[in-house]
Amino acid sequence: MAATDTIVGIFAHVDTTVRAVEELKAKGYHDVDVYSPAPLHEIEEVLERDRPVSRVRLFTLLGGLTGIVSAFLLTIWTTLEWGLVTGGKYLQLDPEGGIAGSSLPPFFIIAFELMVLFGGVATLIGLVALARLPRLRPSPGFDPRFTNDRFGVTVHCPPERAASVRQILGAAGAEEVRA
Amino acid sequence: VSTVVQRPTGTPSFADVTRDVLRTLTTPGNLYFGWMCIVGLILAGGILAWTWQIWIGMGAAGKRTPQMWAMYITSFVFWIGIGHAGTLISAILYLFRARWRTSIFRAAEAMTIFAVMTAGLFPLIHAGRMWFAYFLLPYPNQRELWPNFRSPLVWDVFAISTYLSISTVFFIVGLVPDIAALRDSSTGWRRRIYAMLALGWEGSHSQWRHYRRAYGLFAALATPLVLSVHSVVSWDFAMALVPGWHSTLFAPFFVDGAIFSGFAMVLVLMLPMRHYFGWHAYIQDKHLDAMGKLILVTGLVLTYFYVCEIFTTWYSGDHFEKASLFWKVTDTYAWALWLMYFCNCVAPLVLFSRRARLSPTVLYIVSILVLIGMWFERFNIIVPSLGHAFYPYGWGIYVPTITDSMIVIGSFAWFFILFLGFIRVMPSLSIVEVKETLPPPVRDHGHGGH
Repeated sequence: MAATDTIVGIFAHVDTTVRAVEELKAKGYHDVDVYSPAPLHEIEEVLERDRPVSRVRLFTLLGGLTGIVSAFLLTIWTTLEWGLVTGGKYLQLDPEGGIAGSSLPPFFIIAFELMVLFGGVATLIGLVALARLPRLRPSPGFDPRFTNDRFGVTVHCPPERAASVRQILGAAGAEEVRA
Repeated sequence: VSTVVQRPTGTPSFADVTRDVLRTLTTPGNLYFGWMCIVGLILAGGILAWTWQIWIGMGAAGKRTPQMWAMYITSFVFWIGIGHAGTLISAILYLFRARWRTSIFRAAEAMTIFAVMTAGLFPLIHAGRMWFAYFLLPYPNQRELWPNFRSPLVWDVFAISTYLSISTVFFIVGLVPDIAALRDSSTGWRRRIYAMLALGWEGSHSQWRHYRRAYGLFAALATPLVLSVHSVVSWDFAMALVPGWHSTLFAPFFVDGAIFSGFAMVLVLMLPMRHYFGWHAYIQDKHLDAMGKLILVTGLVLTYFYVCEIFTTWYSGDHFEKASLFWKVTDTYAWALWLMYFCNCVAPLVLFSRRARLSPTVLYIVSILVLIGMWFERFNIIVPSLGHAFYPYGWGIYVPTITDSMIVIGSFAWFFILFLGFIRVMPSLSIVEVKETLPPPVRDHGHGGH
């Protein structure tokens, strides 16, 4: 991969930040990321405009389905394994094939709980994986002020275009531009 | 975006929020240590009592047949109920975009987790020989003996462990960006610890986009979970044939009561924090007003359930149901029943007045009464019902001993010590979500578009 520069513009206001991103996108820079103290919809609107939604939801779906399936496997299998009759309810293998008995309804409760549990844990795994956590050292361009009250626009670009990026960031109203 | 703060001091800026939260994490004063000592002593008493019960045996507690569930399961249900408000605020109100939740949800979530941790102790204390607690879980063993999945008690194990896990995940995910903000604003050893806990969070959009989506999904999963947990707890009772328990009313009745008591506990914790941390700009009158209204509404719904309970008992024509109710209303434990009616049905009516909803003193007193009322509600469901079931020779009176009383009081200390510890090391006001609700800093007001 060719060497790239990382240019960071530090902004005090959300409107100037958005303007800088719009300007950069118009000039054909797409490797742009924005640091912000909170997820603000102004920034989300301009960056998410032509992107598919986050894949976290796929993790949730798969986790939830795994939970439902494993709950039914666990409850049905253990009930067949340990044939206890309680309150006239039982579940057993029918000698003529299939499963006989009437104790499925309570297993839906276990299935619901495990759907939520596995779905939640899978969402967490999805978040950690997609947001690249944990990070051992700060990414190039990060500044501690970004978690307090400043916004940062980072652009990865070939060195020869760095001057133009700096100019765009400065014109949009960056307090400070650095590489 | 409307201006969030109408106070004369003006809207806090983003930097103000970080600073105001950071201020709560400085070395606390004598008042804090004084409270810690008192709570710590009570907790020590509780631990001593539990040790005594383990040493002597279950006879040390006052519970005897037929009232084996007595105070321990009363407190268990009470604490699970308290644990409902946190996830309700963080999940359901998040999905409904109720913006007033932002400044209270963090403390409420912490409260939830500590309440569920407190509740979780009671089945262990109650069952005795808690070193065999793992028998509750489905694990492979040499006799191929498995839990009975048709038992409501097993559903409860699943519901509560799922609730604790998901609430904890939700809570920690919410904390990470806040800890990152603390990391970048603190120095020395604090900074090192926060840096470790923040997992290298930076707040870049490539992180936020996944974060926001994941947070919404957690809320969507937690919403039905909140409603399910107390329903499952209610089935511990409703699935049994005991007069006064065997009713389909129980699930919504328990969920409503849980939210009612949970909000009361949120107020009990938040009002002093608002006072001592000077958070009037974040927890404003409108927050108190909203919480007061919620307590009022859930209290009225609960009153309706109480009326339904009495009506269905009469209408069923069942002799045992009627006899059980008559005994509850008039005999040994009648004082507890009438105390409950007063605290849960009458006291919250004060909140019809707007002035009462805006007065921290009134809210505090009502909340304490609600908590007392809700503890006694569970007591009234368990103790008199079990004490006056079908056969006269199976009737009994429960009298607590010092041991079980100290354990129950100790559970409050355990809860408060966890909460007091939390508010001094972690942001009890969500830095990120408060910033999200504030009007963002804009340079060119004419072109801002809002």
